Amino acid sequence: MNNTVISVHNLVKKFGSFVANDNLSFEVYAGEIFGFLGANGAGKTTTIRILSGLSKPTSGEVNVAGFDAYDQTEQIKKNIGYMCQKFSLYEDLTVKENIILYGGIYGMSRSLIRKRLIELLAKLRFQEYENRMISDLPLGLRQKLAFSVAVLHEPKIVFLDEPTGGVDPITRRQFWESIYETASRGITVFVTTHYMDEAEYCDRISIMNDGKIVALDTPENLKKQYNAGTVEEVFIKIARPV
Amino acid sequence: MKRFLGFVKKEFLHIFRDYRTLFILFGIPVAQILIFGFAVSNDIKNAGVAILDLSHDEITLKLTDKIISSGFFKKTETLLNYKDIDRVFKKGKTKAVIIFENDFGRKLISEGKASLSIIADGSEPNTATLVTNYTTAIVNDFTTELAGPVLNNSIRISPEVKMFYNPNLKSHYMFVPGVVTLILILICALMTSVTITREKEFGTMEVLLVSPLRPIQIILGKVMPYFILSFINVLLILALSWLVFDLPVKGSLILLLAECMLYILMSLSLGILISTVSANMQQAIFISLIGLMLPTVLLSGFIFPIENMPKIYDYISSILPPRYFIVIIKNIMIKGTGLMYIWKETLILIIMTLVFIGISVRKFKIRLE
Repeated sequence: MNNTVISVHNLVKKFGSFVANDNLSFEVYAGEIFGFLGANGAGKTTTIRILSGLSKPTSGEVNVAGFDAYDQTEQIKKNIGYMCQKFSLYEDLTVKENIILYGGIYGMSRSLIRKRLIELLAKLRFQEYENRMISDLPLGLRQKLAFSVAVLHEPKIVFLDEPTGGVDPITRRQFWESIYETASRGITVFVTTHYMDEAEYCDRISIMNDGKIVALDTPENLKKQYNAGTVEEVFIKIARPV
Repeated sequence: MKRFLGFVKKEFLHIFRDYRTLFILFGIPVAQILIFGFAVSNDIKNAGVAILDLSHDEITLKLTDKIISSGFFKKTETLLNYKDIDRVFKKGKTKAVIIFENDFGRKLISEGKASLSIIADGSEPNTATLVTNYTTAIVNDFTTELAGPVLNNSIRISPEVKMFYNPNLKSHYMFVPGVVTLILILICALMTSVTITREKEFGTMEVLLVSPLRPIQIILGKVMPYFILSFINVLLILALSWLVFDLPVKGSLILLLAECMLYILMSLSLGILISTVSANMQQAIFISLIGLMLPTVLLSGFIFPIENMPKIYDYISSILPPRYFIVIIKNIMIKGTGLMYIWKETLILIIMTLVFIGISVRKFKIRLE
């Protein structure tokens, strides 16, 4: 378990005089589900952009999947998956075409894409949807598919940026089942969310406030430490001090 | 490279799946060419004229006959007095009334001078000017013919006017290059700016940026299909103008196609630039349509000559790429000139392309930071 896939030491990111990430340090281990919480504007998005190679740190050491976030962003991008709140699938392409497209972008061979496509369709019981347009699928199915596509190339880490925004509880529940399944295959899941009940499902969570990480531990330990019944109470005690 | 090709293929799928895009790409150019070519015409053909002949002699009959049989006019009515003029114009079919004065023929022979009036319907200034010009020309021609036997005592100089490059003054010569210029910039800039902002709006741009595709590959991949399709468009328009309007390319076809490629490239980079400054598709459409279409039609020299505009419009038009391309395409298509006479315009287009690309890359990098 103690195999580090993301290590961040004293990460600082400034935009002009505004400090978005103020001296962050944390580690994420292989195969864990790491919840990255914080109020809007706390600096979560900035951190995710740096970890996924979209933006460079101002200072500090950042290592993702064994690569440096300053000058090895190309390698980082090959080893991660990404899914955001807005759907990453093209609505005017079919299920199959989307899978072929993303497989191709990640440099997978034709035969490997074909193999994964069949596996994926079987796993999701999606066979009859193979040639359907994404726009014809219900929201829940699209979301599951988007997640499967994000891990199609078996990345070391997958970043999920508020993946369950605007989705009903049953679909969210099902979605978390696929997250567990993915983590059990050894893929690290780095997830941000606004739903505190989802935070309970994570192996460890960190809570950000004003650009700093103010808490980082397992949900159980945090609840004990802050004498709270739920993660939600912990979050309110930390992020909104009275 | 394989990643890139898969991405290009996806862009083609977007285009072919969306009938609106296909219509804009191919329907509009064909419609424009046909509409401009047939409907918007500066030539006159069978314009209605009414005759008020107060003299009614051999010469007036001959002249009337010459005017009517010229092919430009057809007689709508024969009027009896001045009061009818207003009535006949109000009916709308008649564009001009030709009035011969009393004793027209006798005066012409005895005094060597007679007058006739041409009254045109000024509510349509363009037609009015054309009709009066054509009539005057026919009358002049007629006097010259007559002058031989009858008026041999006076000395006359009769200029013989010839129109170089466009002997029949056909308006297609003006519209086809204009439409190519308008269509290409409109389609290329509009389509690229919309397709890129669409990815931004749907959130797929984010995913593409996180993927191993480089930003330059993303942009090229999005633009490449439009480059190819626009080039097919050029071939289509040229074929159409050749088959339907009999308008050949006088100069080098290769040079023309190369210049078209340059212009398409310029328009595409302008589209990328528009996409970097607009937040959503509506904005991109708005900027492309209003910002490009009107100035191109009005200020590029497509319809109205720049020389006749106030100086300030001249300055504005000098930052419009279509102004230069219209010179290039007219020169190659109609005059048949080579690169020697259009290198300046070509150079300006190249510089504009580089500037647009430069600004876009800068903007794109700032967004990524």
